[in-house]
Amino acid sequence: MFDYYLNLALRSLRRNRVLTALMIITLALGIGASITTLTVLRLLSGDPLPQKSAQLFYAQVDPYTSDGYVPGKTKPQRLMAYPDAMNLLHAHQARRQAAMALTDAKIAPLRAGEHPFFSNGVMTTADFFTMFDAPFRYGGGWTADDDENRAQVVVISDFLNDKLFGGASSVGRTIRVNDHDLRIIGVLKPWAPQPRFYAQGLGGRSYGDGDAVFLPLQTARAASMDPQNDDCWAVADTSKLETAPCIWLGFWAELSSDGEAAAYRRFLSNYVQQQIALGRFSRPEVALSDLPQWLRDEKVVPDDVRLQAGLAFGFLLICVVNTVGLLLAKCLRRSQEIGVRRALGATRRAIFAQFMVEAGIVGMAGGLLGLVFAELGLWCIRHQPAEYAGLAHLDVHMFLLTFLVALVASMIAGLLPAWRASLLAPGSQLKAA
Amino acid sequence: MDILPILSTLRRHKLTAWLLILEIALTCAIVCNAVFLIGQRLQRMDMPSGVAEHELLQIQVADVTTPSNPYARLAEDVALLRQVPGVQSVASSNQVPFGVSSSNGNIRLDPTQPERTLSATTYFGENLVQTLGTRLVSGRDLQSDDFVDVETAMKGLNTGDSKSLPHVTLITQTLSERLWPGQNPLGRLIYLTPTVGLRVVGVVDSLARPNAFDTAKTQFTMVVPLRMGANKDQSYLIRTRPEDRANVLAAAVAALKKADPQRVVTTKRSFDEVRRKFFQDDRAMAGILTGVIAALLIVTALGIVGLASFWVAQRRRTIGVRRALGATRSNILHYFQTENFVLATLGIALGMALAFGMNLFLMTHYELPRLPAVYFPVGAVLLWLIGQLAVLGPALRAAAVPPVVATRSV
Repeated sequence: MFDYYLNLALRSLRRNRVLTALMIITLALGIGASITTLTVLRLLSGDPLPQKSAQLFYAQVDPYTSDGYVPGKTKPQRLMAYPDAMNLLHAHQARRQAAMALTDAKIAPLRAGEHPFFSNGVMTTADFFTMFDAPFRYGGGWTADDDENRAQVVVISDFLNDKLFGGASSVGRTIRVNDHDLRIIGVLKPWAPQPRFYAQGLGGRSYGDGDAVFLPLQTARAASMDPQNDDCWAVADTSKLETAPCIWLGFWAELSSDGEAAAYRRFLSNYVQQQIALGRFSRPEVALSDLPQWLRDEKVVPDDVRLQAGLAFGFLLICVVNTVGLLLAKCLRRSQEIGVRRALGATRRAIFAQFMVEAGIVGMAGGLLGLVFAELGLWCIRHQPAEYAGLAHLDVHMFLLTFLVALVASMIAGLLPAWRASLLAPGSQLKAA
Repeated sequence: MDILPILSTLRRHKLTAWLLILEIALTCAIVCNAVFLIGQRLQRMDMPSGVAEHELLQIQVADVTTPSNPYARLAEDVALLRQVPGVQSVASSNQVPFGVSSSNGNIRLDPTQPERTLSATTYFGENLVQTLGTRLVSGRDLQSDDFVDVETAMKGLNTGDSKSLPHVTLITQTLSERLWPGQNPLGRLIYLTPTVGLRVVGVVDSLARPNAFDTAKTQFTMVVPLRMGANKDQSYLIRTRPEDRANVLAAAVAALKKADPQRVVTTKRSFDEVRRKFFQDDRAMAGILTGVIAALLIVTALGIVGLASFWVAQRRRTIGVRRALGATRSNILHYFQTENFVLATLGIALGMALAFGMNLFLMTHYELPRLPAVYFPVGAVLLWLIGQLAVLGPALRAAAVPPVVATRSV
């Protein structure tokens, strides 16, 4: 029976080529736009560390003065001052914890005649790599002792290793970062979590390439490397950030259970109360957000992208309504044909099925063409100046989703016309003819 | 044109008529909001910077070895850049309008007040007003004996020695109006800390912040006579003639590299590029929205063409009968045009309500302002036009149906 419906549907679609092409193109435009924006939205709102994001928490305390503070309303500052980050780090109240800031690392060339260049760097503490599951190709990270001793060590990315050492193990070699010779102790595998969650609030971009070098915080500061972002609550000498009234560090903690998280939150509150008692703090607010929550709070997915996705689905809706209208028009024109088929014994169900098959064919064709439009749309996005541009590709999931959306859209579009067609009484149509 | 026969015909095609109305309504709602969003973006992109944008270049350099005397280094660089042919004026600044990265200070009008009055961007650097080309409205420009090295100022701040601190400042007109509405700001004091009081000596026309995200606070800026040393966050700003920009930029970079081949030029761009980069997301969004509007209108128009063609084909006999009974071609043409106008009007009316609802949703979720009423007639006219254009072809075909059709059996 299906073959027969297919045959009938193809015939009917062929009979009215312009109308058929119109339906397919509008449906494809709607699908193409929706899949393009959905791909971007999915890309941007992805989980950077799916296996671990629920155990990673971003901690906030607020060293600012009471100036402008409204109890219960003012959210704590996004960044931490150096003394607080160090106090929390040394308290070891979480399984793992690390303080971090982004920096521009000036890397001297290994060969004469080449120019020094700037790369993205992270200055952080020992637990960074284990806490964030950063995978090593060669060597490993540094220890807490290295942090305290300002060990002249560095971990580099795979792409920097490729660039400087042609991909061979460079562990034990030396590179010159900000005029200081540092010994390479580890080389990462390609590692670029999207979004670049640990850079949120630290002044870096949210998507794109990973960082090139990772240095112990105090080593980097001793090499006068400055954070990308600092905020001071009083006029401050920013060359001495460790003691200045400034915030510039992000602080992450690994906590395996709700119980541990609750305990850590209490610990933070106690810490802040203690600082208030010491006269250092005047705002009692603390925050401890897990990774997904932190990304939501930071609005890491741009509003524009959500808006575009909403717009695309609005567009698809209009395309579907359009297709309903056109299919309906087509099927009502064929009232006589339906009347004949009904008089010859076709059931309502058969008529309904026949028209749904026709809608399905339009949907599949729309899906195929929609895929072309989506690829075109993503190609356009890749040529936009956005930081996530290079990541916009159609994956298998979205590929399948395209056809699912196409099929569902066309079935919804076909439902009303098919139902109307199946209601036609055989007699009246024959009489009119 | 008699509207009643049209209504009675439409009543017999309720479903298709409603679908068309729904499509027009949805399109109208989205188009109204999209046009509004485009307007918002364009307005933002038009934000004045207050500087001579087409005559300015920005260069940032990072030294590989930290210079022993960054102040001397900066002075050398500035002197070097002044030698470059075509350069009219050179300044160094800690930030540039629309440059994103910003340095701000909390302002108080009374050193003892507990809360700040507001936060303003603090530009530091010599020769800024002249180079940026912002106009001095009243008072005087900063002079070289107003300037203090940052390091000296920091020491003064720590030791409480007020002599080594800067004493004067320039502010924008907007800031002046905000702090002292309707009054003369010259000679008044602004406190950055309880001990640092700056006397307003001049008012400039306009100077935007680097991070001009909040339109109301874009012009809260001041220039403080602090001299910064050469470092990677400092910008060299060069004023030149618009047509010389490319040559001057290349020559300036070459001159800086020649002075120290080891250093890295991290930024070299015209101010046009600064603006383009700052507003690139707005431009992209406006472009996407324009594309969406165009696609929507085309799809809707095609839908109208399709349905109208179907109706014309379905009513060939009726049209023939009407023609045979004496209706002229233009009667038939007007019939279909009026029919479309009626449907479009219903769609637009429904669309207005939808547009309003959609705007309410956007207001709560995306911090957008209320849709001004002026956008409703814009959307209405657009859709009426599209409807009439789309129906013209099928209507003309209907008008061409000869009366003889009435006499034929199907």
